[in-house]
Amino acid sequence: EKTKEGLFSKITKAVVGKSTVDDDVLDELEEILVNSDVGVQTTLKIIERIQARVARDKYINTSELNEILRAEIQSLLSENNSNDFRNFEYGDHKPYVIMVVGVNGVGKTTTIGKLAHKLKLAGNKVVLGAADTFRAAAVDQLKLWAERVNVRIVAQPMGSDPASVAFDTLQSAVANGDDVAIIDTAGRLHNKVALMNELTKIKQVMQKVVPGAPHEILLVLDASTGQNAIEQCKQFTQATEVNALALTKLDGTAKGGVVIGISDQFKIPVKYIGVGEGIEHLQLFNKKEFVDSLFK
Amino acid sequence: MFENLQDKLDRAFKVLKGQGSITEINVAETMKEIRKALLDADVNYKTAKAFTDDVKEKALGLNVLTSISPGQLLTKLMNDELAVLMGGTVEELNISANPTIILIAGLNGAGKTTFSGKLANYLLTKKNKKPLLVAGDVYRPAAIDQLEVLGGQIGVPVYTDRTSKDPVAIAMAGIAEAKKNGQNVVIIDTAGRLAIDEGLMKEIAEVKAQTKPHEILFVVDSMTGQDAVNTAKAFNDRLDFSGVVLTKLDGDTRGGAALSIKSVVNKPIKFIGTGEKMEALDVFYPDRMASRILGMGDVVSLVERA
Ligand SMILES: Nc1nc2c(ncn2[C@@H]2O[C@H](COP(=O)(O)OP(=O)(O)OP(=O)(O)O)[C@@H](O)[C@H]2O)c(=O)[nH]1
Ligand SMILES: Nc1nc2c(ncn2[C@@H]2O[C@H](COP(=O)(O)OP(=O)(O)OP(=O)(O)O)[C@@H](O)[C@H]2O)c(=O)[nH]1
Ligand SMILES: [Mg+2]
Ligand SMILES: [Mg+2]
Repeated sequence: EKTKEGLFSKITKAVVGKSTVDDDVLDELEEILVNSDVGVQTTLKIIERIQARVARDKYINTSELNEILRAEIQSLLSENNSNDFRNFEYGDHKPYVIMVVGVNGVGKTTTIGKLAHKLKLAGNKVVLGAADTFRAAAVDQLKLWAERVNVRIVAQPMGSDPASVAFDTLQSAVANGDDVAIIDTAGRLHNKVALMNELTKIKQVMQKVVPGAPHEILLVLDASTGQNAIEQCKQFTQATEVNALALTKLDGTAKGGVVIGISDQFKIPVKYIGVGEGIEHLQLFNKKEFVDSLFK
Repeated sequence: MFENLQDKLDRAFKVLKGQGSITEINVAETMKEIRKALLDADVNYKTAKAFTDDVKEKALGLNVLTSISPGQLLTKLMNDELAVLMGGTVEELNISANPTIILIAGLNGAGKTTFSGKLANYLLTKKNKKPLLVAGDVYRPAAIDQLEVLGGQIGVPVYTDRTSKDPVAIAMAGIAEAKKNGQNVVIIDTAGRLAIDEGLMKEIAEVKAQTKPHEILFVVDSMTGQDAVNTAKAFNDRLDFSGVVLTKLDGDTRGGAALSIKSVVNKPIKFIGTGEKMEALDVFYPDRMASRILGMGDVVSLVERA
């Protein structure tokens, strides 16, 4: 069980019943948000908004404060104008191609396994592409997930060209009439130029088979990552035009607050959250629930 | 957008520029900026506060030399203080026992399996040891294969038992195997686990109780944010580990988690991971890490030359 002191009760103590926000109160608020990895910049943004409200409304009671804080944070998550995704189905493209990217060890392969499971349950024919041909036993890992979920997988030997695996996977998806193709890629740190260029190439090769592919470029972020996630988001977006985020390992004590700033700054919606290692442990992101979890 | 600590400090030190002495007022303003910068580097909130308060006290007591600006003086002071906090000296691994048992632990995806391989390679090539790797992760798909591939790459044998789901039994059998074959270091890889997963934490505590390791290394991703403190504390409460390994430092993270971990559990950081390859392992240098967190290696050397 999570043992952190209720964040909201701390904030309440600090603000409620005061007509101005004094420095101690702001420090308290800052601590609470920074401790969730919200980051100084975004924290200051939230604090400014709260300050403005307190100055205007003079006296705030507990329930009002509760509402204001949640609303302000939710609005930062909503400034990309996205609604939460409502289901695991896809309409327009066939095959719908998802390319999964991110730094090492964040949970890309596991997220793919879990997502394939959800998509299959929603009635889709799914194929996986094992384009991580680099990390030890990466192909074996994805194969085991394909077996577990009971979907097809396209793979080549370790060390093969990942772009070629992606190409093969899409050709196979087209030939087989699959609804969704999900391409796993090797973890890579965003400051490695050659590896980032490789991603751009993998992406471009896919367009030769399916115009417009990949339709979804999913950047996987680990909830326990701190402010470096912002730079990850920036660099992966530059290399591949990321258009969706997955936040993993939210079953731990880390809050993943860094996505608030990311969502605000890059206008990329969080689509999925990972809440465990099991096949069922993937959920659609829900802004309200996420913000509520910050205050638990 | 992303501003590194150096930019921040440059800006912070403008406050001091042209002023001949460190006063309560100018140092407070600067410390506020530095604290923000430390938080951007993922240093834990409380740690950052304590650190800046401490440096502030020391700074106020300093006589400003004529040859050096208050800004530079403060920079050097911070770097020195941080290096002391990071551990001062390089800490060696304790590998005198035969066989030496080393248990590897940490969160999911931190880099345990990769580090296990790197450590085996290091002990084999640099310390003239005969290591055995033990595949103690019975949960993650292809975890055993992963360790076997790494063992193959570096020419170190890997003990596995694919029929067993019991990490304690596997670890004990691995040790017996090493004794039989004359291998003098046993490195036990374990599954990633969350500190709040009671079942899995109990399990690794049991591995420790049975195998009586000489070293327990806590592997942590250098990109970790504020949660580093909770996790390190929880693992330490359970395992009383002997050292920390910081992985993925080939990235551009400032790695402030290193400072937080050090300050909350006070265990030495022994190794750093600097890449995916088996050779990408370094011993830990506290002063280098201090400069990295502060992002100001250049400034320090400048001051040292002055
Ligand atoms: N607790 C928890 N663990 C997770 C979650 N998602 C992934 N993991 C674990 O995190 C570890 C790394 O997951 P992978 O899927 O291999 O990560 P990856 O990004 O594919 O890693 P590389 O391909 O090596 O870069 C594994 O132990 C997973 O079981 C999650 O939501 N919660
Ligand atoms: N760039 C870089 N990648 C690393 C480093 N150490 C590990 N990795 C990568 O990080 C990812 C996860 O490493 P693993 O060794 O599988 O991590 P783990 O802790 O064993 O993961 P679980 O067993 O699933 O908990 C892999 O892609 C590794 O190649 C490092 O120092 N630098
Ligand atoms: Mg993977
Ligand atoms: Mg492992």
